[in-house]
Amino acid sequence: MTKIKTLADLLKIKEEVQSKTKLREKSDHPEQLVQVKVGMATCGIASGAKETMKYFIDELEQQAIDALVTQTGCMGYCYAEPTVEVILAGKDPVVFGFVNKEKAEEIIDVYIKRGELVDGVIPLSFRTIDD
Amino acid sequence: MDTVQLTIDKKPVVVKKGITILDAAKGMGIHIPTLCHMKLDDLNIENRPGGCRICVVEVNGRRNLAPACCTEVAEGMVVSTHSIRVINARQTVLELILSDHPADCLICVKSGKCELQDMAHHLGIREIHYKGEQSTYREDTSPAIIRDVDKCIMCRRCEMMCNEVQTVGVLSAINRGFQAVVSPAFEMNLDHSVCTYCGQCVAVCPTGALTEVDQTSHVVRALSDPTKTVIVQTAPAVRAALGEEFGMEAGTLVTGKLAAALRNLGFDYVFDTDFAADLTIMEEGTEMLNRLSRFLEGDENVKLPILTSCCPAWVKFFEHQFPQLKDIPSTARSPQQMFGSIAKTYFADKMSIRREDLVVVSIMPCVAKKYECGRDEFKVNGNPDVDYAITTRELAGLIKLANINFNRLPNEDFDLPLGESTGAGVIFGTTGGVIEAAVRTAYELYTKKPLPKLDFHELRGMEGIRQATIDFAGFPLKIGIAHGLGNARRLLERIESGESEFHAIEIMSCPGGCIGGGGQPYHHGNAEILKKRQIAIYQEDGNKKIRKSHENPYIIQLYEEFLGKPMSEKAHHLLHTKYFDRT
Amino acid sequence: MTDYKMNLLICGGTGCKAAESDELKRSFKHWIEEVGMEDEAQVVFTGCFGFCEKGPIVKVLPDNTFYVEVTPSDVEVIVKEHLVKGRPVSRLLYKDPVTKKQISESKSMDFYKKQLRIALRNCGFINPESIHEYIARDGYMALGKCLSEHTPEEVIKEIKDSGLRGRGGGGFPTGLKWEITRESVSDQKYVVCNADEGDPGAFMDRSILEGDPHSVIEAMAICGYCIGADKGLVYIRAEYPLAIERLKIALSHAREYGLLGEDILGTGFNFEIDIRLGAGAFVCGEETALIHSMEGLRGEPTFKPPFPSVSGYLGKPTNVNNVETFANIPVIINKGAGWFNQIGTEKSKGTKVFALAGKINNVGLIEVPMGTTLREVIYDIGGGIKDGKEFKSVQTGGPSGGCLTKEFLDTPIDYDNLIAAGSMMGSGGMIVMDEDDCMVAIARFYLEFTLEESCGKCSPCRIGNKRLHEILEKITNGNGEVVDIERLRLLSSVIKDTSLCGLGQTSPNPVLSTILNFEHEYLAHVTDKKCPSGQCKALLQYDIIEDLCTGCTLCFRNCPVGAITGERRQPHYIDQTLCIKCGVCYDKCKFNAIKLS
Ligand SMILES: Cc1cc2nc3c(=O)[nH]c(=O)nc-3n(C[C@H](O)[C@H](O)[C@H](O)COP(=O)(O)O)c2cc1C
Ligand code: SF4
Ligand code: SF4
Ligand code: SF4
Ligand code: SF4
Ligand code: SF4
Ligand code: SF4
Ligand code: FES
Repeated sequence: MTKIKTLADLLKIKEEVQSKTKLREKSDHPEQLVQVKVGMATCGIASGAKETMKYFIDELEQQAIDALVTQTGCMGYCYAEPTVEVILAGKDPVVFGFVNKEKAEEIIDVYIKRGELVDGVIPLSFRTIDD
Repeated sequence: MDTVQLTIDKKPVVVKKGITILDAAKGMGIHIPTLCHMKLDDLNIENRPGGCRICVVEVNGRRNLAPACCTEVAEGMVVSTHSIRVINARQTVLELILSDHPADCLICVKSGKCELQDMAHHLGIREIHYKGEQSTYREDTSPAIIRDVDKCIMCRRCEMMCNEVQTVGVLSAINRGFQAVVSPAFEMNLDHSVCTYCGQCVAVCPTGALTEVDQTSHVVRALSDPTKTVIVQTAPAVRAALGEEFGMEAGTLVTGKLAAALRNLGFDYVFDTDFAADLTIMEEGTEMLNRLSRFLEGDENVKLPILTSCCPAWVKFFEHQFPQLKDIPSTARSPQQMFGSIAKTYFADKMSIRREDLVVVSIMPCVAKKYECGRDEFKVNGNPDVDYAITTRELAGLIKLANINFNRLPNEDFDLPLGESTGAGVIFGTTGGVIEAAVRTAYELYTKKPLPKLDFHELRGMEGIRQATIDFAGFPLKIGIAHGLGNARRLLERIESGESEFHAIEIMSCPGGCIGGGGQPYHHGNAEILKKRQIAIYQEDGNKKIRKSHENPYIIQLYEEFLGKPMSEKAHHLLHTKYFDRT
Repeated sequence: MTDYKMNLLICGGTGCKAAESDELKRSFKHWIEEVGMEDEAQVVFTGCFGFCEKGPIVKVLPDNTFYVEVTPSDVEVIVKEHLVKGRPVSRLLYKDPVTKKQISESKSMDFYKKQLRIALRNCGFINPESIHEYIARDGYMALGKCLSEHTPEEVIKEIKDSGLRGRGGGGFPTGLKWEITRESVSDQKYVVCNADEGDPGAFMDRSILEGDPHSVIEAMAICGYCIGADKGLVYIRAEYPLAIERLKIALSHAREYGLLGEDILGTGFNFEIDIRLGAGAFVCGEETALIHSMEGLRGEPTFKPPFPSVSGYLGKPTNVNNVETFANIPVIINKGAGWFNQIGTEKSKGTKVFALAGKINNVGLIEVPMGTTLREVIYDIGGGIKDGKEFKSVQTGGPSGGCLTKEFLDTPIDYDNLIAAGSMMGSGGMIVMDEDDCMVAIARFYLEFTLEESCGKCSPCRIGNKRLHEILEKITNGNGEVVDIERLRLLSSVIKDTSLCGLGQTSPNPVLSTILNFEHEYLAHVTDKKCPSGQCKALLQYDIIEDLCTGCTLCFRNCPVGAITGERRQPHYIDQTLCIKCGVCYDKCKFNAIKLS
């Protein structure tokens, strides 16, 4: 990484990274790029988020689904950990709760591959500062 | 000067900005009880953890009560020091403290001098409403100090003394909550720690949690054993403080009564450590001159400055903390040990008493002397040169026990030959005294001229670190003085860093020197008492006919009859010692 | 691949009567098949919407229509009207309680607005190990703006105008604190981030550091710029390894990008941040204790003044702020004080993060605007009480706070209201209790914690809390007397009045507030020797109901202390003096012949 030397530099980087993430979404196979975010805070890890994340990475790779699995912080739904947010290209993010291996399998097979929702969706219950 | 106006107990008052409510009230004659707070004016010693919460007062507009010892005065403040709310809070807090305290007053060594006991009386505690579990800890006995930690009230005074004043750092708060207590790290025993036995923790402990090891019963047993000859020596600082135990004004000299009391107690010979102090000067002064002249001749092996070595806590301190400097202090033993050594050789021979049948007791202002007399190098075939060292306080107890009306005793003299002393020996009891005594003798030995004046005011005082240059007939002798081990450390660090250069340095562990020793009557935080004792010591010196150690006729006789000359082979064997690396 | 055009989300959380939801799902499936839309509309269960008052709830996607109080008999019309004809069934729509207007879009519902994420804005949103994702969300923009476009005074004014108050518990105005620290003259100053978070049950600071560490770094740098410090320290408890790890990664990224270090963004401003691990007690979160702990001394508080702003770490002016406080800073700079101070109540601006726990359906981290009522938090966001039980009390403020009753449910949450109600905001722990919780035991639990976590420096806290705990134990063991309640009160007030630090000054709050609000429970313990919620074991009694006992001897054989006697096929009997109330017999008996009273 090179150092950011001015505010203008910072703005440029911001634009770059923003367009990059957008670009990523609209890449060659728009219908196939899937973003999976696993809540990996202490609460999530304690309830098995690590295993869930590993499962997603391995499984999606094996099935050759072009996906990006990342970690994120606590989503606040600690009662439903591990929680996983799935963003299918062009769709609103959906959060699933209690995602163990079986649930992950179901999410991949049913939601990611077929676009059908599965039980256990967690309704979003907050506004963000952008709303 | 900035001032603020406030109201305390309905009276308006103007006081200096920045002082506490406690001091402001004190200035108006309003007494606010305190337990943890302790301040020794002019010595820069203050313990103000704000922990006991006895001193709380009501300040208008404040949600909770304010600790008077920590709260600064502010413009327009309205303070009530004895409202119902305050009294109730104080009583409750004290009840809580007492609820976690053994009710041992009847058999506690501190009884009658205990600040906690006084406080219970002062606040009229008649019942403890909140009884419950009491914290218990292991009792810890060392050669000089007993820690009966169940009686600790966490005032932290000892911790402050040990860490801030002495920089030894043995005592500190450990554990949390109800189990919190002041202790050496890991609750180890004091005698496994680097404790110097300076006894300053004992001197300030408000309760019976820290006390000296009581050896009066051993002394009584020896006194009542017809096969033993029991002799006693008494240190210079004792005579300037013992009277306090009998209701006399601080600074009252009781030398004559002290001798009479000791004789009444049944000691066979009543001697004076001052005699040994004179002897110390002969040895240490000579050693200093030797080193100095070799230094001036350009001898590379000679180490300067020379440090005094008459304080056993200081000795243990540098053995632990500055072992690299162990060649620098004088090798001269302390007066207590010189006395013991001479008593069990010269005097015993003279009187044809077998060493085993001679018991040497010393009366000391000091707690460390208990430890010192037990050091192996001061024993011959297991028999110590000094058998028991008891403190000024223990002696007072013994006098009371023997039903001696101390105040009515006539003035008596010490016995000869080991009871004769000079003014130089007396001033060993205060900071600056040892070096002044040494200067008086060294000057005359060095310059071969009589001193133009005997009082070296430049060496006296209560400043923690002092320095002076004395004109030794053209040679400027640079002298440093430190009392309190923290000051000693700072002085040594200055020397190590090359910031200061001295030829000779006096170090005393206790603030004020031995007058402020850990075995003296409790000062309860009143520094005036130390100052008055110091004045008394110089007064005794001034009253003496002979004021230079080398002029003590019995010292001269001792050298003639027995030792030869200072630093002789025999003197070396009997009056000098060596130091150990204790790290 | 089936491409459903519509999704019906039915809340299947434990809050809504689960049986009814099942029924709904079946019913929907049935009617959808009936109209032949099974390839177009899918029915799924979701977690609790946290709106159990109005449950069961059905949400129709993609149009976000939100139906409340849906019964199986409503399903047919929903399917036929909404799914088939695309016309929402207005009678089932949620009505705004104020305007009484029907609202169909869930995003415009009040309920949805109940949470607003400012401090948690990036948590669960970005990858905390990617500085790019932070930058993409306006990260370091606030720092850049402050450094290049504003003087420290201007930034401080902005923070002051925002009305932000410290989230670490005390609620001290943050801008004012910065100003005081700025005005303390010194060659060296420090910014300290308090991430000790010792309150049991609170984990918002941990979550922020785990989920959005850069926001804290950025805020600390802004603070350093404002007060004139070039050094920051994060005091974080060693029990937070993941937060430490993420913070370390974030720090190194920030350094690599030159957002920490020398000459940041070419403005000549230098700032560095170090991590200090704390392994201390709860009391180490108190700022003076924290500073002593960082100095390598015993972690115990000292008397204030001097405040850290004047004399703190190594005797230098030190600005101590909480993690959550810091996390608000970049947003305030980016969106403006005017935006921020629109949110909240008159004296408490912005939002507060709470860790909801206890007998509540949706435990977790929530962030609500100040002024939200406890009822909204507990019922609307928290999804109500578990297993349909009765709400009894909510504890806020952790060990320093108090237990509030039903009467306070409609109190808007802010610093001052909670104090007035006899509790505290604290760091944001919120524990909900139901009818099964014994309030005396709750008070005892908190005291136990305080006892462990007090530093022991001052007498009232060291010994007083021990005595409080002993009295509470005595009461819960069935040995209490009526005077004990009075003793608790008196002792509590003295402890509050005389303790040195905030810990002791607030530790009796759980006792006082439970006595105030639940005195009858205390009285039941001491006079009737009964624990109304059956939590205090010592006050329980197991008895065998003669009529139901078949004399099977099962209890007799299982009692660990031989307290049960009786002949085979004859009713058995429990010797109360021997019984240790282990409950084994109660569990073993197949005939429900053992009763508990
Ligand atoms: C016993 C006690 C524990 C505390 N624990 C914490 C803590 O864990 N985290 C915290 O940020 N503040 C804690 N505080 C408050 C701090 O002393 C301090 O007020 C705070 O860190 C200041 O930051 P703020 O102004 O941003 O709230 C505690 C206070 C007390 C009395
Ligand atoms: S320390 Fe004081 S209060 Fe305690 S037993 Fe001894 S004399 Fe009594
Ligand atoms: S005797 Fe001196 S060194 Fe030893 S613990 Fe007490 S104060 Fe510290
Ligand atoms: S041992 Fe004595 S001086 Fe030390 S804290 Fe305890 S009561 Fe105070
Ligand atoms: S200064 Fe005196 S009283 Fe104190 S330790 Fe040294 S010799 Fe003992
Ligand atoms: S109130 Fe408790 S935690 Fe605070 S200083 Fe006193 S003993 Fe320590
Ligand atoms: S509760 Fe336990 S101890 Fe009591 S009678 Fe039943 S089995 Fe025995
Ligand atoms: S004397 Fe003030 S708190 Fe102890």
